[in-house]
Amino acid sequence: MSATVQTLEAMERPPVTMSSRLEGELLEVSMGPQHPSTHGVFRMNVTLDGEIVRKLKPVFGYLHRNHEQIGEQTTYLGSMPYTDRLDYFCSMSNNWAYALSVEKLAGIEVPERAEYLRVILAELTRLQNHASLLGFLLSDMGAWGTPLMYAFREREKILDLFESLAGSRMMCDYMRFGGCRVDADDNWLAGARKIVDRFPKFLDEFEELILGNEIVIARTQNVGKLSADLAISAGITGPMLRACGVNYDVRKVDGYGFYPRFKFRIPLGEHGDTYDRLMMRALEMRESVEILKQALAQIQPGAIVNPKAKIRAFRPPVGEAYGRIEAPKGELGFYLISDGGPNPYRYRVRPPSFINLTVLEDLCLGHTVADVMVILGSVDIVMGEVDR
Amino acid sequence: MGEGQIDEALRTELQRQGVWVTSMQELYNWGRKNSIWPLQFGLACCAIEMIATAASRYDIARFGGEIFRPSPRQADLMIVAGTVTKKMAPQIVRLYNQMADPKYVISMGACAISGGPFKQGYNVLKGIDRYIPVDVYIPGCPPRPEALLHAFMELQRKIDEQKLTGADKAAHLDPEEPSEFPVPAFGKHDLEPPANPDVFQPPELKRV
Repeated sequence: MSATVQTLEAMERPPVTMSSRLEGELLEVSMGPQHPSTHGVFRMNVTLDGEIVRKLKPVFGYLHRNHEQIGEQTTYLGSMPYTDRLDYFCSMSNNWAYALSVEKLAGIEVPERAEYLRVILAELTRLQNHASLLGFLLSDMGAWGTPLMYAFREREKILDLFESLAGSRMMCDYMRFGGCRVDADDNWLAGARKIVDRFPKFLDEFEELILGNEIVIARTQNVGKLSADLAISAGITGPMLRACGVNYDVRKVDGYGFYPRFKFRIPLGEHGDTYDRLMMRALEMRESVEILKQALAQIQPGAIVNPKAKIRAFRPPVGEAYGRIEAPKGELGFYLISDGGPNPYRYRVRPPSFINLTVLEDLCLGHTVADVMVILGSVDIVMGEVDR
Repeated sequence: MGEGQIDEALRTELQRQGVWVTSMQELYNWGRKNSIWPLQFGLACCAIEMIATAASRYDIARFGGEIFRPSPRQADLMIVAGTVTKKMAPQIVRLYNQMADPKYVISMGACAISGGPFKQGYNVLKGIDRYIPVDVYIPGCPPRPEALLHAFMELQRKIDEQKLTGADKAAHLDPEEPSEFPVPAFGKHDLEPPANPDVFQPPELKRV
């Protein structure tokens, strides 16, 4: 952290409960890029009045790895492993979004079993993402260790499933255009059923542990309120939008994959504060478990990849396509323009966490600097996706 | 038998009599290798595996490395976990300079070693060893937690072999050896200098 003292300009001060020792002086503090709770290499230049945030300027680009440019230089299939490294918690969801947009571009059908496998893997990804997010958020609040250990215990079980199916814990590279790479055998499905059936037990324990906790409530309720109007005009998606009470979920709106076949509810918040965002994750995990139970009961044997989909010399027709899914963090989309060549002419990612981060200043103004970390944690960012 | 070492037979005999004999060097290295405090500092995907290593299943505390310090002043080990971009490289060298001697570096993952899958990117540094000395390289994308534990044990072995005295004593005990390295700056096209020549020599290409 570096700090410089600024003189105060005439500024209207709303009533604050805490009195400031540096009366009349603004302090500019640079938080990050090396900071224990910025979730990666993210930097915020915060202007403080005592402990109250008056201005917040995010600084990005510490993890800009040229994802889009590399995507334009490699073949369509060659970009698939790179999508794993966008949001490195949710490689399966990223794969699906990319496969979906290429399938739209080239008009490839996906067999039924592959669609079921995609739903199962995407929902498992959602479970582990939300569980670890809650763990990290609690860590940021000061519950160092314990909730994160509980969350990572469950996450490891799901990662074992990914590893036995795709061969890698985090970077799965599992989906292909027109299907999936390897088939799941009956043992794998039985193992997945076992983990899904036991997951609500973990949720009960976790919710009892954290959601009713007095400190958590005091730290999160009425902190970082986001209005529905601002959320819609800023393009916020995912649990953060639904916490404001806006009923918008791409799974319901687009009905991609086989989601219309499943019965599930979309949890909605009321106040749009940090507590609602936290609750949204907990409730969504319960709905994901419901989807998983239905999908694992309905899945039938069959082909997992469309035999007509070309792997070598894959050249989609000239055109453009935008495929999007409801990733755990919000609407993840890939926009592709094809000029008929082996690699896309333009490859653009619509990252949910980057766009959700744009309202960070609005959420943090008027709160204390300790709340900034909690608010940032509840936005759920991954720098691989923000900076790309 | 080298300097600072004890005859094993004599030591066993003395232990039978209830006398424990050790040398200053053994005691010093034993203490240091079992309480390595890493810097809590993640860059990209590998950082998640680093957290998984510290979390419930893999539990780096078994090796005495669970105390992740957010401040470089209190850390012994820097795990460079993830892609180092040209914007981030000066900060990493600065953090390394702020760490107190003796300090060690584990270069975790393909990106930190050489740029990895993102090597062709214009903003990606092709290996952190261009600016700071690296003790253990651990390949993988990302390396599994077991692999990081292996790197950690390799580092412990390395610490165990360090000499306190003599001509081949550890670098941090030699006042002539540098413990800080120049922080690169943004140039017109690249970081300047593109590498620290004291630490890094580009491999010579031989055409046959």
